[in-house]
Amino acid sequence: MSKEFLKGNEALAEAAVRAGCRFFAGYPITPQNEVPEYLSWRLPEVGGVFIQGESEVASIYMVYGAASTGRRSMTSSSGPGISLKTEGITYLAAAQLPAVIVDMQRGGPAIGQVTASQQDYLFVTRGAGPGGIRCFTFAPSTVQELVDHAYRAFDVADEYRAPVFILADAVIGNMMENVELPPMRELSELPDHDDWKLTKRGEDGKARIVQTYNPVLEDAGKANQVLADKYQEWEDKLQEWEEYMLDDAEYVIVAYGTTGRIAKSAVNKLRSEGIKAGLLRPVVVYPFPKKAFEKLDYSKVKFIVDAEMSIPAQLLEDVKLSVGNAAPIYTALSSGGVLIKESTIINTVKENM
Amino acid sequence: MEKVYSKPSMLPDFSNGWCPGCGHSITHKLLAQGMEKYKMSGESILVVPVGCGTLSTCTGWFDCNSVATAHGRAAATATAIKRCCPDSLVVAYQGDGDLASIGMAETIHAANRGTPITVIFVNNNIYGMTGGQMAPTTLIGQKATTAVYGRNLQEHGAPIRMAELIAGLDAPVYVARVSLHDAKHVMQAGKAIEKALDCQVKGLGYSFIEILSPCPTNAKLAPVDAMKHIADEVVKVYPLGVMKNLVD
Amino acid sequence: MAKIEINSELCKGCGLCASQCPKGIVAIGDSMNAMGYRYAVQTDAEKCIACKLCAVMCPDAAIEVYK
Repeated sequence: MSKEFLKGNEALAEAAVRAGCRFFAGYPITPQNEVPEYLSWRLPEVGGVFIQGESEVASIYMVYGAASTGRRSMTSSSGPGISLKTEGITYLAAAQLPAVIVDMQRGGPAIGQVTASQQDYLFVTRGAGPGGIRCFTFAPSTVQELVDHAYRAFDVADEYRAPVFILADAVIGNMMENVELPPMRELSELPDHDDWKLTKRGEDGKARIVQTYNPVLEDAGKANQVLADKYQEWEDKLQEWEEYMLDDAEYVIVAYGTTGRIAKSAVNKLRSEGIKAGLLRPVVVYPFPKKAFEKLDYSKVKFIVDAEMSIPAQLLEDVKLSVGNAAPIYTALSSGGVLIKESTIINTVKENM
Repeated sequence: MEKVYSKPSMLPDFSNGWCPGCGHSITHKLLAQGMEKYKMSGESILVVPVGCGTLSTCTGWFDCNSVATAHGRAAATATAIKRCCPDSLVVAYQGDGDLASIGMAETIHAANRGTPITVIFVNNNIYGMTGGQMAPTTLIGQKATTAVYGRNLQEHGAPIRMAELIAGLDAPVYVARVSLHDAKHVMQAGKAIEKALDCQVKGLGYSFIEILSPCPTNAKLAPVDAMKHIADEVVKVYPLGVMKNLVD
Repeated sequence: MAKIEINSELCKGCGLCASQCPKGIVAIGDSMNAMGYRYAVQTDAEKCIACKLCAVMCPDAAIEVYK
């Protein structure tokens, strides 16, 4: 299949359409504006619905409504906008509705900077919003991976009836790369959701209700157990990571997304100097790939480097939980919307050797 | 003998969760009568946000596919559902704190887009479910748990007249304010709801019905006195009538 | 001939029906239902004209009217 030279945000939008997304609602925010711009004309072309919401809040509740009708639905934003969507995300999670939420991370906190960062890590992976929900979270590191994740995210959302995040950043959203787009899916091939969507009545002829409030407390507890079981199943089955030169690695760099690909070139440079570095790149950040850390041979690993574009460090918490006391952990960080430098990662390794 | 008035079949045989004399239950009865009469080829869908109105769906008291959305967001959710399912009758059922305070942006923008949904707005001048706090619709001088000396114009501003606000926009095709304070007005309210649903069935556009409704519990009045209060005081602030009619 | 049937188990005793009856023949009775409400009763069935105003007003859809 031929490759096309596409900007990340547009490639993501096209991949979503090809995955069967037929509803999008969103509100402008840099650095993801090309996503709604593209979908505003592309969705009507394929019989889909695009709405520019009056706010991020309205947009997520539009997604909630569209999802309740069984349509593949998506919204996208960046940190400040995602924070406004969080209550709605908990509604999606609690009502068990599938949807895809894209976070093109920008600097933070608050308005931050419009350039790349990874400042939303804990916020997204720990369950964006009140009530202890979790969202399955992809963390692409290239435009191709962004496309592939967008395509898969709808499947995961449908299979588990849950909101799924794509946690990317301003670099991935705005850079152009050669990508292979996936084939257009026929809507008839997708799950029909006949057992819960609001466009049909229940099998027994009873009215269907999509709701998050449960007047019977015991039932409410059971509903939360269903969510907990779902999250446990993700932890058991769906951890995903990339290993690069880890077999004999003495210095293991842990990094995701854009930092992950910069870390890969750092590993190459360190290796060219004879330093046995390797990369462990979480591809899915929730569930976090703890199994990858269990596989590490700590008799060889001298230390771990947590590399990320966030100060204070956030990915570090998951790395600490996974490594425990098995090896020392050092950090290589950038923040303020400043791209992390390869040299920062290399120097962190060298300084601690 | 022939039955000349029966309970709408959309309502079940068990008791609803509202207080005695609540306007929500009268409104639901009217809405049920209307939705039994006005249908579209798709399944009808009721959108209810957080508030006393939710007591219908979460207890299964209203036999209609429903989605319970967040406080204030019903108009946004209903807009999306209608855009996805143009053949379904989509009704947003909202209270005053919900529609006129936290959801003001969603309310106005949904009306301004003009997506052909029907919004039923129950204005009882108070926050009912949370226990009698001041609403944007609370009358001047009316006491509330967050305005214990009564609402005053200087500090709190005047009650918001939503029907007039909505009628001032270009897109809505039918906007009316009705009341539940006696049987005659209840019947008029029922007719207004039916008219609004008819607008949607015919694809004419967005319709909005504001209903002056009693909350005897938080007004600390007996149900009959709460109705008298609407007749004597509330209608002076919120004039009844059709605010906008572009359909006939 | 006309009559009303009041489902006493749905009635919450709000009294709105009684307030609307032009003949003054609907009232809140002395008996309680399972919810603990004193429910509405028709006091003089002979005078009922099936005007439906009590049923229209009833918040709990507890009244049905026959003619």
